[in-house]
Amino acid sequence: MRDGEPLVRWAWIGDHVDELAHYTGVHLRLGLLPVLFGLIISVPLGMLCHRYRWVYPPTLTAANVLYSIPSLALFMIFVRYTGLTERTVMIPLTLYTLSVLIPNVVDGLASVPDPVRQAATAMGFSTVRRVVQVELPIAVPVVVAGVRVAAVSSISLVAVGQLIGQGGLGYYITRGLQLDFPTPIITATVLIMLLALATDALLVLAQRLLTPWARGKGAKA
Amino acid sequence: MIRFDAVSKNYPNGTTAVDGLSLELAEGGLTVLVGPSGCGKTTTLRMVNRMVEPSAGTVSLGGRDIREVAAPELRRGIGYVIQHAGLFPHRTVLDNVATVPLLLGWGKKKARSRAAELLELVGLPATMAKRYPYQLSGGQQQRVGVARALGADPPVLLMDEPFSAVDPIVRGELQAEFLRLQKELHKTIVFVTHDIDEAIKLGDHIAVFRTGGKLAQFDTPEKLLEHPADDFVADFVGQDRGIRRLSFVQASGLPLREGPVLPVTAPVAEARALGEPWVLAVDAARRPLGWAATDDLPSGGTLTDATLVPLGHTFSLTGDSARAALDAALLSPSRLAVGVDAQGAVAGVADAYELSAAMARATTLTDVPADAATAPEPGASAASTTPAGLTKGDAGESGPEKDGGAGGDGR
Repeated sequence: MRDGEPLVRWAWIGDHVDELAHYTGVHLRLGLLPVLFGLIISVPLGMLCHRYRWVYPPTLTAANVLYSIPSLALFMIFVRYTGLTERTVMIPLTLYTLSVLIPNVVDGLASVPDPVRQAATAMGFSTVRRVVQVELPIAVPVVVAGVRVAAVSSISLVAVGQLIGQGGLGYYITRGLQLDFPTPIITATVLIMLLALATDALLVLAQRLLTPWARGKGAKA
Repeated sequence: MIRFDAVSKNYPNGTTAVDGLSLELAEGGLTVLVGPSGCGKTTTLRMVNRMVEPSAGTVSLGGRDIREVAAPELRRGIGYVIQHAGLFPHRTVLDNVATVPLLLGWGKKKARSRAAELLELVGLPATMAKRYPYQLSGGQQQRVGVARALGADPPVLLMDEPFSAVDPIVRGELQAEFLRLQKELHKTIVFVTHDIDEAIKLGDHIAVFRTGGKLAQFDTPEKLLEHPADDFVADFVGQDRGIRRLSFVQASGLPLREGPVLPVTAPVAEARALGEPWVLAVDAARRPLGWAATDDLPSGGTLTDATLVPLGHTFSLTGDSARAALDAALLSPSRLAVGVDAQGAVAGVADAYELSAAMARATTLTDVPADAATAPEPGASAASTTPAGLTKGDAGESGPEKDGGAGGDGR
């Protein structure tokens, strides 16, 4: 860092508000769409694992193996097929969410008390209706817990995508390093952290509104 | 109504849950399936709504083999109540109760107004409708469970140990309430319990199962207590079946004598003159106030000045059973049971020996016409002031003892 350079030049931030807003939007898209796609994959897979227990161990192992592959390696693999696009960032991030979301869907479905499942069957719910109207709604609190973890980690992981030029706010981190200029690095880092925290808070709020019945959970069986 | 024809249920691991069961359950009756754990009673219950499919034999409902109907459709026409209520935690109380009407496509508005009616029927205030199950006590949850089972007014109700997860006091309330409901609704009910007391209290008929899924005896509660088919049943109904049988003898037929009854305003001298160890003081309307021991009477004045010992409890000639009468005698300080009429006035007293002699005659008398289900003493049913919830179903069978203070249930 150059002598006399302050940690944060506030004027720079003021000059770049529009650009920062743009990159924040991109960052959110790159971080949250993978969570949505991950959920779309995990719910049916989780249901399958819940229904046929033998499917679960290999599925979970596969998801964990995917999670263990360094993101850099995955980016390089997908660049060959999808080029230097946002998709190349979002595909690995989607795969990463699976190792959190699948177990949470399975645990969520397992959290449906047995008498509830039996009562639903005995009331005359068909299997499909029972899953959609009874089991999945009851699984929501546990699934949301997984979504929170996946969303926060996904938002912070997006920055790595800058290695292929698609890193959302990560752009400022590499730029700042190249220019030996700390202001954009610190601004982007703080923004990413705020995005993660705000997303988490919104998810908690959404869950409260979606599942008012779950507040007494744990207090009574 | 519900008919089991040579029904068996075997599992691949070689266990037999139900073994060659043939049974016919009357329409509008409450049949209790009772037995030790692993006797197949719950399996039998679940075969009625195809939660369990029999390995052999047929189950028919209203003359129709239940396999002719698709399982979900069949189940919507059969109410089901389970031990832990099994309420849907994510739905409000009202929507829980509206479940089956909604499944049947009644539309939200109609289903909810029906649900509101049902909540009232099971004794829950309308303010509970918007609550979630976690906000209710165990007893309230169970009431909601019953209301939900009644959702589409099914002719048949299956109940799997519905009251066994609540404390004894709440259980007693729920049972009484449930009998009141059944008196109104006349559902055909199959009720599973492991508790023989509950079976005797609730059942019009009782099927006792033994381990291995064999039916040991199928009879009315009276017959079961009186003539257990074998040692297993005798053992299962317990050592005190002689006393329990008294629940089915009306107190109205018991002989009472006037006894040492005096108005509380009577002079002490008059009480002494009776020459009895205890004197029963009554008010102007002959309602009993308490016993006075002759030895402890003050030297002068009236009985108002004497120390009165509480009665224990009295028995009602218009609603109680002989069991309550005998219990009253055993608990009374004077060893005399006090019988009261519908107005609560003393009708007379009797001691345990006098009662037991009369009971022996009464039970042998009821043996003869038991199958014809004759009406009890005319006076008893006509002037009955028994709270509705405390007598059993319809039929002419004598009601069990009054709840609470009366009867030996408070042990």
